[in-house]
Amino acid sequence: MGTVQTGTPMADLTGLPALMQLADGRFPTGGHAHSGGFEAAAQREGINDLPAMEEFLIGRLRTTGLVAAAFTAAACQYFHQAMAADQGASLLDRLAPLGRELDARTPSPVLRTVSRRLGRQLIRTGRVVWPHQGLDRLASVPGQGVHQPVGLGAVAAAAGQPPAHAAVAAAQESIAGPATAAVRLLGLDPFAVNAVVARLGAEVVRVASEATGPADGPASALPASAGYLLDVSAEFHATWEVRLFAS
Amino acid sequence: MRAHAKLGVRLRPGAQDTPRSHVSRLRSHGPLVLRPTGERLPGWLSRWGADPVDGVTVRLAAGAAGPLGGDHWRLDVEVGDGAALQLGAVSASLVLPGAHAARSLSETTISVGADAMLVWSPAAQIAAAGCRHAGLSRIDLAPGARLCAREEVVIGRYGEEPGDFAQRLRVTRSGEALYDQELAVGAASAGWNSPAVVADRKALGSIVVVDPATTNLDLFTAAVSPDVPDTAVMRLAPDAVLITSLAPDMISLRHRLSTTFAGFAATR
Repeated sequence: MGTVQTGTPMADLTGLPALMQLADGRFPTGGHAHSGGFEAAAQREGINDLPAMEEFLIGRLRTTGLVAAAFTAAACQYFHQAMAADQGASLLDRLAPLGRELDARTPSPVLRTVSRRLGRQLIRTGRVVWPHQGLDRLASVPGQGVHQPVGLGAVAAAAGQPPAHAAVAAAQESIAGPATAAVRLLGLDPFAVNAVVARLGAEVVRVASEATGPADGPASALPASAGYLLDVSAEFHATWEVRLFAS
Repeated sequence: MRAHAKLGVRLRPGAQDTPRSHVSRLRSHGPLVLRPTGERLPGWLSRWGADPVDGVTVRLAAGAAGPLGGDHWRLDVEVGDGAALQLGAVSASLVLPGAHAARSLSETTISVGADAMLVWSPAAQIAAAGCRHAGLSRIDLAPGARLCAREEVVIGRYGEEPGDFAQRLRVTRSGEALYDQELAVGAASAGWNSPAVVADRKALGSIVVVDPATTNLDLFTAAVSPDVPDTAVMRLAPDAVLITSLAPDMISLRHRLSTTFAGFAATR
C-alpha cells in the first residue's frame, strides 16, 4: 500500500467527490442494465467461476476498456480546450472526429447503438448534476447522441476533472459493470468479486495512463484495440429472446 | 532488414481505345517481391461491373523468410481512378523472432482512386512463438471506390503460444475513418486469450467490403447460419460490411469466411 499523506492540503481533494460520484455504479446513467458483454460470454464461453471472470475483465480492460479510456480522456481534454479557446463555440467541431473514430472502432451495430444510448443518458444526467453550457451544446445535437466515452469525458470535464481522472473513471467502469453483472448472473460471492476488482486496480491505472498519453493528439492516433469475441457475442446476444441484460 | 516496395496500377487506353488497367509502377525490394500473375479476377467482381480480364492481379512472393525481428517492411500501393487491382500473396507468411529480440514492423499503405476497385487478400500471417511484430494496413478509398479486404491471422503454430503480435487494419474514406481495429496477442497483451478477445481460438479473420451500391450489401444476410459458429456479419455503414470470424484453425476459418462471403460472391 502507498504512503498515506495525512498532510495533503484540502485543495488537492476538491475534485475527488465528483470523481467518486461519476464512477459510482449508482450514478444514474443506465449502465446497470448492461453487462459489458459478460452475459453473452458467460453463456457462450462457459464462464462460471472467479478466475474465468477475472480473465474476462482483464481482456475487456485491455481492449475496449483502453479504447474507452483513451476517448474519454480525449473528449475531456478537447472539452477543456474548447472552453479555454472560445467558451465552447468550437466544442462540437472538436468532438466530431472522436465520434467518427469510435464508430470505426465499434464494428458491432448493436454495440454502437448501446454506446450512443449510454452517451445520451450521461449527458442528460450530467446537465442536471453539473450544469454546464458545454453539456447543453452536446444535448442539442440532433440524432442518436454522442458515444458513451465522449459523454463521459464531457461530463467529467464539466465536473472539473482533468483527462487523467476521466480516463481512470472510464477504465474502472469497463470492469466494474461486468463484475457487478457477474454477481447477479452467476451468484458469485460479491466480496470475492470486489477483491478481484480491487486487485485489478493497478492494471486500471496502467491502462488509464496509456490512454491519457495520446489525448493531446488527433483522434485517428488513439488506440484501436479490439475485443473480437465481444463484438461477435454482442451480435448473437441481441437475438436472444430471454436475457437479463440489454448488452 | 529494411525494405520498401511500390506498386502502381492505372487505367490506360487499350485496344479499340477501351481503357484497361495496367501496372504503371512495380518496384520489388528485398523480401517484398511483387509478381504480376495474369490471373483472371474472381468471378464475383462482375457484380462490380469488372471484366475478369481487365483487372490486374499482383501477388506478393516472399524473397526472404519472415518478417523477422528487426525487419521493417513497407509496401505502398496506388490504384488509379477507375482501375482494378487484385493484390494477394503467393503463400502465408510466418512471423518469426529475430536473433536479437528486436521488433519487426510491416506497413502497407494503399490508396484506391475514384471508382477504382481493390481486392486485398494478403494470405494468412502466422504469429510464431517469440515473435515481436506489429503490422499496420492502411487503405484509403476515394469516392466511388470499391473494396474487398480479407485479412487472416493464425495465433501460433500448432501447439504453440504466439509471441507478441499485433495487426491493425484501418480503412478510411477520403481520410475519414470507416474501420479501425487492432488484434494484439501474446504475453505482452494480458487477457488476449480471454473470452473478451479470442479465448482459445487459433485463427481470426475479417473481410471488409465497401460497395457504394448498398443493395449489393443486403445480400449478406444478417443472420449467420448456425453451421458457421463464431462468425458475425456487421454493417459498418450503409455502404460497408464487416465479416469477423474466429476458428480453431486456419482451414475452418477459411471455410467460415468463405461460406459467409458466398451470398455476396454468388454472381447474378
